[in-house]
Amino acid sequence: MESLTNRSKVTGNKKMSFLEWIYLPAVVKGLYITIKHLFRKKATISYPEEKREFSPVYRGLHVLKRDDAGRERCTACGLCAVACPAEAITMVAAERKPGEEHLYREEKYAKVYEINMLRCIFCGDCEEACPEEAIFLTNRLVPSEYQRNDLIYCKDILLEPLDDAKRIDVSQRQTPAVKEFKKNKLLFHNK
Amino acid sequence: MEANDLIFKIILLFLVFIITLLVAMYSTYAERKVAAFIQDRIGPNRAGTFGLLQPLADGVKMFMKEDIIPLHANKALFVMGPSIAMTTACLTGVIIPWGGELNIGGKIYSLQITDLNIGVLYIFAMVAIGVYGIMLGGWASNNKYALLGSVRAASQMISYELAMALAITALILKTGTLSLRDIVAQQQGWHWNIFYQPLGFLIFLVCAFAETNRAPFDMPECESELIGGYHTEYSSMRLGFYLFAEYINMFISSAVLATLYFGGYHMPFISHLGLSANTVVMLGTLFFFIKIFLLIFFFMWVRWTIPRFRYDQLMKLGWKGLLPLAFINIFITGLVMILL
Repeated sequence: MESLTNRSKVTGNKKMSFLEWIYLPAVVKGLYITIKHLFRKKATISYPEEKREFSPVYRGLHVLKRDDAGRERCTACGLCAVACPAEAITMVAAERKPGEEHLYREEKYAKVYEINMLRCIFCGDCEEACPEEAIFLTNRLVPSEYQRNDLIYCKDILLEPLDDAKRIDVSQRQTPAVKEFKKNKLLFHNK
Repeated sequence: MEANDLIFKIILLFLVFIITLLVAMYSTYAERKVAAFIQDRIGPNRAGTFGLLQPLADGVKMFMKEDIIPLHANKALFVMGPSIAMTTACLTGVIIPWGGELNIGGKIYSLQITDLNIGVLYIFAMVAIGVYGIMLGGWASNNKYALLGSVRAASQMISYELAMALAITALILKTGTLSLRDIVAQQQGWHWNIFYQPLGFLIFLVCAFAETNRAPFDMPECESELIGGYHTEYSSMRLGFYLFAEYINMFISSAVLATLYFGGYHMPFISHLGLSANTVVMLGTLFFFIKIFLLIFFFMWVRWTIPRFRYDQLMKLGWKGLLPLAFINIFITGLVMILL
């Protein structure tokens, strides 16, 4: 069979030559290889201080978006929870009271919205399922915790801050192509 | 012995003890750093600057862990194992000449705790006792892996001690003395023994790796086969002592290697610089430690280069390789001595 790289060596139980038999040249060769690595550039990225560059469509920590007026977009329809293959999302819906129109966009909203980050597999199906453009995965990372309970994220972490400066940009994930795809979503799923 | 001498010796004793422990402590750190660098990583860097407090953190961790003595272990021997390993590891430092002779107020103080006229034999005695720590610990744990590890350790020690002793015999043929101080004194300038005994040095080096249970001869504790070998059942600081003893052994064998083959505290060309006698002695000690550290680095370098031997290969190398080679070395040395 022809070899792919021409780098493979045909070996066998042939008798070793004297230099091979005393091993020392091979040992010295090995030592030379390891000492070269001692001065090589290190592959490590010291995480909290330096961060690896992420792809613009990296699927990390979720965000619950608000609309331009700062109202929550989520209507607690539950499609994300249905779409979630890991069953990581739970929510409790509530009705909007009069006078809360500046907080919630529709008459129904999620009173409780929890994602269990230990279950989540960051597949992005929730984002795909959402008809309201309310949930997105971002290029932020989920930090590790000591307690399992601390990894069940509620609205206080997931919800986008009201402050304009702290808004989370998801425009990279909302390209025209994505919007077009989302419009045809029903069609796509029915296929 | 006068009171002054006694006080000086006691101070020196404590100093050597503390330095030994310190070096062993930071060897653990250095080992992790060297390993990391060779594997293109950066190693421990969280505890303190550059991770320099890592050994302290490890020590604290070791002490905080639960200390378990297995139900069916022989308690007395189980407790004795690590302490024997530690004690014998520290004992060898006594006869190593750490430096020349200081002249303080007209009195001569030697920077060697005691100069036994059979120093080389003393080293062998201590190495031989050192294996008891491993054997007792492994046997007392009542665990098959631990027992296998200690059996391996014992047979490995015996096999390699022979070749080591024969390598030294050739060296003694050349030096004509067993006292470490005299051996160092003969190596002034560039007259290092490694240039006269290259083959002997090679044999001694390989045996030193085997005697300290360092890779590629870390058969007694090979993690992949024996889950830690003789210290499988140990936990907490007792395990720490075993690991620590290994690093002390490494430090001491580096010191012995430097003493026997690399001219000890002698520094070529230092006498031409016109420094005062005491400065030369202090610089010599410094130089001696630099040699030791380079050798320790070599120990680590080899560990992260060469894979572990199989047990039969180890025995083959010891009995069929190094032993005849050591005999040939003695023969050649004797022949050269007669002819020259």
